Amino acid sequence: MFYREAGQFKTNYAADMAVFPILQDKIGIALILTLALVVIPLAGNAFFLSVVMIPFLIFALASIGLNLLTGYTGLLSLGTAGFMGVGAFACYKLTTIFPGVNIIVWILTSGLFAAAVGVFFGLPSLRIKGFYLAVATLAAQFFLQWCFIRIPWLYNYNVSGAIEVPTRTLFGIPVTGPNASPEMRYYVVLGIVILLTWVASNLVHGRIGRSWMAVRDMDIAAELMGIKLLPTKLLAFAVSSFYCGVAGALMVFLWYGGAEPEVFSINQSFLILFMVIIGGLGSLTGSFFGAALIYILPIVLRGAPSLVGLNIGAATVEHLTFMIVGALIIFFLIVEPHGLARLWQTGKQKLRVWPFPY
Amino acid sequence: MVRKLSTILATAVVASAAFAVPAKAQDSVYVPLFTYRTGPFSGSGIPIANGMRDYLTMLNERDGGIGGAKLILEECETGYDTKKGVECYEAVKGKNPVMINPWSTGITLPLIPRAAVDKIPILSMAYGLSASADGDTFPWIFNPPNTYWDGLSMIIKYIGEQEGGLDKLKGKKIGYVYLDAGFGREPLPLFDQLSRDLGFELKLYPVPADSMQNQSSQWLSVRRDRPDYMVMYGWGALNPTAVKEAAKINFPMEKFISIWWPGDDDLRSAGAGGKGFKTLNWHAVGTDFPALQDIQKLVVDKGLSQAQKNTLGEVLYNRGVYNSMLIAEGIRNAQQITGKKVVTGEDVRRGLETLDLNEARLKELGLEGFAGPIKLTCTDHNGHRPAFMQQWDGEKWVKISEPIEPMADRVKPLLEAAAKDYAEKSTGWPKRTEPCDKQS
Repeated sequence: MFYREAGQFKTNYAADMAVFPILQDKIGIALILTLALVVIPLAGNAFFLSVVMIPFLIFALASIGLNLLTGYTGLLSLGTAGFMGVGAFACYKLTTIFPGVNIIVWILTSGLFAAAVGVFFGLPSLRIKGFYLAVATLAAQFFLQWCFIRIPWLYNYNVSGAIEVPTRTLFGIPVTGPNASPEMRYYVVLGIVILLTWVASNLVHGRIGRSWMAVRDMDIAAELMGIKLLPTKLLAFAVSSFYCGVAGALMVFLWYGGAEPEVFSINQSFLILFMVIIGGLGSLTGSFFGAALIYILPIVLRGAPSLVGLNIGAATVEHLTFMIVGALIIFFLIVEPHGLARLWQTGKQKLRVWPFPY
Repeated sequence: MVRKLSTILATAVVASAAFAVPAKAQDSVYVPLFTYRTGPFSGSGIPIANGMRDYLTMLNERDGGIGGAKLILEECETGYDTKKGVECYEAVKGKNPVMINPWSTGITLPLIPRAAVDKIPILSMAYGLSASADGDTFPWIFNPPNTYWDGLSMIIKYIGEQEGGLDKLKGKKIGYVYLDAGFGREPLPLFDQLSRDLGFELKLYPVPADSMQNQSSQWLSVRRDRPDYMVMYGWGALNPTAVKEAAKINFPMEKFISIWWPGDDDLRSAGAGGKGFKTLNWHAVGTDFPALQDIQKLVVDKGLSQAQKNTLGEVLYNRGVYNSMLIAEGIRNAQQITGKKVVTGEDVRRGLETLDLNEARLKELGLEGFAGPIKLTCTDHNGHRPAFMQQWDGEKWVKISEPIEPMADRVKPLLEAAAKDYAEKSTGWPKRTEPCDKQS
């Protein structure tokens, strides 16, 4: 009834190919942006901003990165956390060597280092596929984590072996370090995530995205159509690792404020892979859904018992959370094996013909 | 769209309401406890969590809190995961906690710079950043009663005693099996230096955190290298696995010496093979202390504890008790200094800084002989207390040595250099502005 495109006529190709062809979608995205940019910082308290929103956005960004590789190009990767680590350590090195340069510049630049490493570990992707590639990227994960522990130069010979985030400012306001306000950190993360999501959206809707998807659907056919496999796959690795690297730098600099190499362990890689699979392979919206389900849901569940006045031990709540989240994951995958993004699509489709299902 | 928005809004409402600051009850002090009863480190985490909680609960039951202020205890489950630990910190920050006990080096590190900003002291008892013992650089961080460097120097001293003098270590081979993370790597510079100065050969066997339960390759190398002594810095599943592996290759257990973290369960799981294994410790085991009897009577028997009755007095349980004793004394000191009943984080920082637990005070607490006296000052947030060696006799820990003094002459310069280094590297590290209180 409300969600219907009747009366919206496209008069040129550009309008027809727009990312959001329907007016209601445009209104929706504008609403979400207003919510994210104005309502949440004004209404949310410090806890909501720094524990719910900032990590959610960072995980969503990492999921987009992995989604570009796994969802759009069909290359399974288990090295996500390793590439995130490269970004984090690169950013740390850069900002300690050149403290004068703005930290935002270094966060984005550190993605390039991750991209270079990603390209290197993407080289075998021309010859191996599927599970075999997953094993090759697993090697990247282990190798990179080994480097973070064993190369003291990376963490400036700190005795604790961890990286500590120094205070850096933007227009005189601290954005990293202990003095940075949650609002400021939130805005920086949000800005970078919006920018990179927009770039990703343009990439996947354009020529490059189409060639990625062609490779995903059938690489021999893609090759016959004139798509060069190696550059295409390596580009996917590069872009994906860039996103992961930026997410990693954001994670350490604007969320944790200091990290041990343990943060970038294989578990982190799996977590992001699950976000991508549950959110929906090959969907940017899905990356946000997946991050929300896997990261935010447990927090809500943990807070729920005290909200309704139940007094359950912290450990019991934790166990219950594990069970409920696990059950929900199975539930969603049974209802829609293609992830939450497809569920969302179906929902929109249903809404379109509502109230007359046919 | 509407649906999506409403989900987001609902999430926001639920999340913010769930963690909203509760109405503060009259005359109470909020003490959050970061615990881990789940995950791969829960084997070590559960007894500690029980010990910490039970001692403070006992104070509530017996004395109605501390100095007339009831303690509000709240556990936050971290699972030893940095992510969840930071989440816990943000969740409790708004409720005026008097101090944070992270119980994980990984969680301590990101919290160190925040402590001064949020005015919440951190008590990382014998873990965390060793350099934070320097109160001039880290006025908000406390890590009594000793650092990992102190621990290593005591172990080497003990080995020296066994061999009949530190000079007898020349030409010996000492193996070091450790968790390949900040915690296990921290002693390396001191170990290196000692091996050069004393002339023993150092063999390293790092165990990565994700293969703690599979140490066969490390112990194969141990078998090949045949070190005279083995030193271990482990936590969680690393400890029982190492003990089992050592038993498997018939390594002489009485020459296998660990830092203070292995617990009763770690050794019990190794069975008879673990007999003879030694660890450092600075407090007693068992329940023959009035305070622990009170816990038994007022907490465990009343069903207020999550601990199994027979786990009382285990080494890690008692370590939790020791930690809570420091918390309680910090709060009490703060009350005495400020004359207030309801103290804040800032007051408790001063309370911890003037902490002076002498024999008389320990007796008052019902913990006479439980641990040695400890005194903290504005410059020394650690105390560098001696620890003794204890040995597993197959069923329980037995104290086998007198307290061993750490090698202050070696630890101090390292500590000062590390603290200076930390402050230099974190540009804009604040100079100490907190005034120093007189000892109460």
